[in-house]
Amino acid sequence: MTLTKRIIACLDVNAGRVVKGVQFVDIIDAGDPAELARRHAEAGTDEIVLLDITATHEGRGTLIETVERTARQLFVPFTVGGGIRTLDDAAAIFDAGADKVSINSAAVARPELIDEIGSRFGAQAVIIAVDARRAGSGDDPVADAEVFVSGGRKPAGRKVLDWAKEAESRGAGEILLTSMDADGTRAGFDCALTARVSEAIQIPVIASGGAGTADHFADVLLEGKADAALAASIFHFGIADVRTLKQEIAKRGIPVRLPC
Amino acid sequence: MIAVIDYKAGNLTSVMKALHAVGADAIATSDSAVVVRADKIVLPGVGHFSATAFLEEHGLKEATEERMRNGIPFLGICVGLQWLFEGSTESPGTEGLKAFAGCCERFGEGVKVPHVGWNSIAVRESRLLRGVSSGEFVYFTHSYRAPVVNGTVAVTEYDLPFTAAVERDNVMGVQFHPEKSGTVGLRILENFVRLP
Repeated sequence: MTLTKRIIACLDVNAGRVVKGVQFVDIIDAGDPAELARRHAEAGTDEIVLLDITATHEGRGTLIETVERTARQLFVPFTVGGGIRTLDDAAAIFDAGADKVSINSAAVARPELIDEIGSRFGAQAVIIAVDARRAGSGDDPVADAEVFVSGGRKPAGRKVLDWAKEAESRGAGEILLTSMDADGTRAGFDCALTARVSEAIQIPVIASGGAGTADHFADVLLEGKADAALAASIFHFGIADVRTLKQEIAKRGIPVRLPC
Repeated sequence: MIAVIDYKAGNLTSVMKALHAVGADAIATSDSAVVVRADKIVLPGVGHFSATAFLEEHGLKEATEERMRNGIPFLGICVGLQWLFEGSTESPGTEGLKAFAGCCERFGEGVKVPHVGWNSIAVRESRLLRGVSSGEFVYFTHSYRAPVVNGTVAVTEYDLPFTAAVERDNVMGVQFHPEKSGTVGLRILENFVRLP
């Protein structure tokens, strides 16, 4: 018995539609998050993350309705992120059927939000998403990696390692670490950065950004010491489905959940 | 009617949804008068062991104990399982129900805490786990573990072996989240719902 490494599918949603990311060739309506999430769970994905990429105030009602519809037939862990700024925002997302919320900019702006949501809904319900970029100079660009907010547009003036430790001490249950350097390249996760963060904290780290092949997942779960790996657009390219991906990474000795 | 006890320690939506998906007539309640009329009781759990103090303060512990003595099926989930033990080092001042011996303790150093994700279970025959085989995966998320005791019907190992499920007569508990454990989890909930 070993805790398995998780493969997490991320659905990027805008106005109730999946706008990029996971697609199955046999679905005509590839843009429906509820349908995609259900298919993914059936295929063996360990968790689903739904990210509201616009996260505008106007879109709030649409997001809640989307979360409700997606959660209705989904019996694996379900995380929702994007634009959650207050305890009330989080409560509405949980009421709609999410198990965890992912918080990024709002937690950097007001770290007490982590304590508030954690004490009301439990630490396991709070994922802190960290958008990270290696430092441009210095002796150790990995150790000095910086946090970015507002969808990666603004430097937060904080180091990734310090922020991850603070999030942990405030009661976050997991860290979702996205390497902005690797994101979109399909050249592999930032294993060095992921390992550094994973070693610095005791809570689990979900690696994100850069997935291109099954070996990339295996690399970040082994050398990167990640507890889980998340991807969206990888499922467009080369790898037919999660089951195949898991079979590939299992060959490298990584424990994964392969449903009977 | 299944009473799903709402002790204001988190979110019941997922548990309610999963119970309804397997055909249960379940209602969420904080009212002890509803609990004493229930045919079955589910105590879900996320969050802190100390939250179970709410049960005592609102007469829910007494109501639950009364129904358990009458032999109606009880299922504790996550902290709800831990509450069946004597207590937890997470909240030394809060007493559990003492249906099972021993105290829950935090996972040791050297492993990631919380224990989050899918782990396999080794099972022995029980009514709750009927049709579930050893080696099947279920979803856990917790920082404290219950000891393996007389009554343990499923064991999982992280830093040490711990109780993943207990069952003695009508009193049952699972450390993992059946409502988040796919078809295996729904099977377990269905087993509970169909108990006479």
